[in-house]
Amino acid sequence: MSFRAPSVLPGFGLTFGFTTFFLSTIVLLPLAALVLSATSMHWADFVHTVFSARALGSYRLSFGASLLAASVNVVFGFVIAWTLTRYEFPGRKLIDALIDMPFALPTAVSGIALTTVFAQNGWIGRYLEPLGIKVAYTWLGVTLALTLISMPFAVRAVQPALLEVQRDLEDAAETLGAGRFYVFRRIILPTVLPALLTGFTLAFARAVGEYGSVIFISGNLPMKTEITPLLIVIHLEQFDYQGAAALGLVMLVISFVMLLTINLLQAWGRRRYVRTGH
Amino acid sequence: MSATGIDSHAAEGRPGQHTWMHALVRVGFITVSLAFLAAVLLAPLATVFIMALSKGIAAYLHSFSDPDTAAAIRLTLLTAAVVVPLNTVFGLAAAWAIAKFEFRGKSMLITLIDLPLAISPVISGMVFVLLFGLHGWFGLWLQAHDISIIFALPGIMLATMFVTFPYVARELIPLMEQLGNDEEEAAITLGAGGWMTFFRVTLPKVRWGLVYGMVLCNARAMGEFGAVSVVSGHIRGLTNTMPLHVEILYNEYNFVGAFAVASLLTLLAIFTLVVKTLVERTGYRRR
Repeated sequence: MSFRAPSVLPGFGLTFGFTTFFLSTIVLLPLAALVLSATSMHWADFVHTVFSARALGSYRLSFGASLLAASVNVVFGFVIAWTLTRYEFPGRKLIDALIDMPFALPTAVSGIALTTVFAQNGWIGRYLEPLGIKVAYTWLGVTLALTLISMPFAVRAVQPALLEVQRDLEDAAETLGAGRFYVFRRIILPTVLPALLTGFTLAFARAVGEYGSVIFISGNLPMKTEITPLLIVIHLEQFDYQGAAALGLVMLVISFVMLLTINLLQAWGRRRYVRTGH
Repeated sequence: MSATGIDSHAAEGRPGQHTWMHALVRVGFITVSLAFLAAVLLAPLATVFIMALSKGIAAYLHSFSDPDTAAAIRLTLLTAAVVVPLNTVFGLAAAWAIAKFEFRGKSMLITLIDLPLAISPVISGMVFVLLFGLHGWFGLWLQAHDISIIFALPGIMLATMFVTFPYVARELIPLMEQLGNDEEEAAITLGAGGWMTFFRVTLPKVRWGLVYGMVLCNARAMGEFGAVSVVSGHIRGLTNTMPLHVEILYNEYNFVGAFAVASLLTLLAIFTLVVKTLVERTGYRRR
């Protein structure tokens, strides 16, 4: 085998063969079926499905709410990560462990729980209602659900980067008379910027595809509170497999672009890391 | 601020740490963090248990005696019991091939393994409908041979396998790479067989990473909603997993029942986080 370097360890053929076989059967071939189903459509049908008013409305909500959720998470993700890495307070370790809750909690549970809390008569919803803020069954609720489920991505991306910030640089700058904001802008922000962007992209990528937590809180009104994954499900339930595949392909392409962006951002972060002389 | 910085530097060892500005920022940051987490995380978590117990403990326990609920719990356990071991074997094989050997296209292979994490769960389920659904590629053939995959157990397992595919592998690959090959090479050179080396040298080295990956895989397998929802057909008592059953009960306004099942899933999530914390305490850290 010329494509691998020699090694005394056995088992390459077995494990590599099993890995590629299993990967192909479970993941790659089914995905190929999706691409083929979508591309075997007539071009006019494809365009008609992908650019229908209802589909466009669903992209607007899915991408708009995901962008908003990812932005909220960059801000709060930074604040939470900062709090967890820089301050000592009772319950810090518990909070740190709880950050991963949205990873571990099934999305259906997040969905019904959030809806209950933010419904008109819910714990938080009843205080927002007199202010004219409706969360459940509006785009705001969709954004809230997406914020919850993508929150750990932002926090966990920023946390290690904040640990990398050279505190002696901050100290030196402050001793030399730099204000706190100046230190933040010139020392902390440049160090964590790649991590913030990575966190944003990871959160966005997760939010765009999310289904379970959203459908409970969104109310699912076509053109208004209908996300793209739900529209795919509706096409499937009407046995319009090709329409579903076409919308799926659009989302798949976007996921690939996201994945590529994440890889490029991480490479950029590593290069900066090397250049700053670690 | 810089004027007082000198004094507090002497007192604390870090400059500027004791000015009122820093105290304010500190209190502000902690308050904002806690308020945000309380609103989006703790309130929903508490709601699950409060709603489940809202009609008393008897009503809570009674909701599990519903045969459909019991069937949903059994189906979820069965699915996880099949999917988690398969993905564990895959994870071990993939990690051995990727971490122990150098070959071309390695980073491509890692990217492809991670692919399911980047894909919407709805799409993960849909690909199997496109293949095996009634109007899918093999739909007519399957119908002619009286095999059901979609709206049946095999479809649920396939979809779950797809979404949980990378979990074990992505824990083990970096861990094995980091631990290196020296001990394995020593074992082989001293005459141990491949399997013996794997079971006696490699497996003990990576055991915590393996536990971690399996627990995460299990949490996702039991909790998956979107992908399973697409392939299951939502047949009560037959193809309803726990998360799907939560949806049905909730939509029927049976809130005690819905939140009772949800409380089990929440306990599973808490268990997952506890295991994660314990594993991290053994010194095993995520990258």
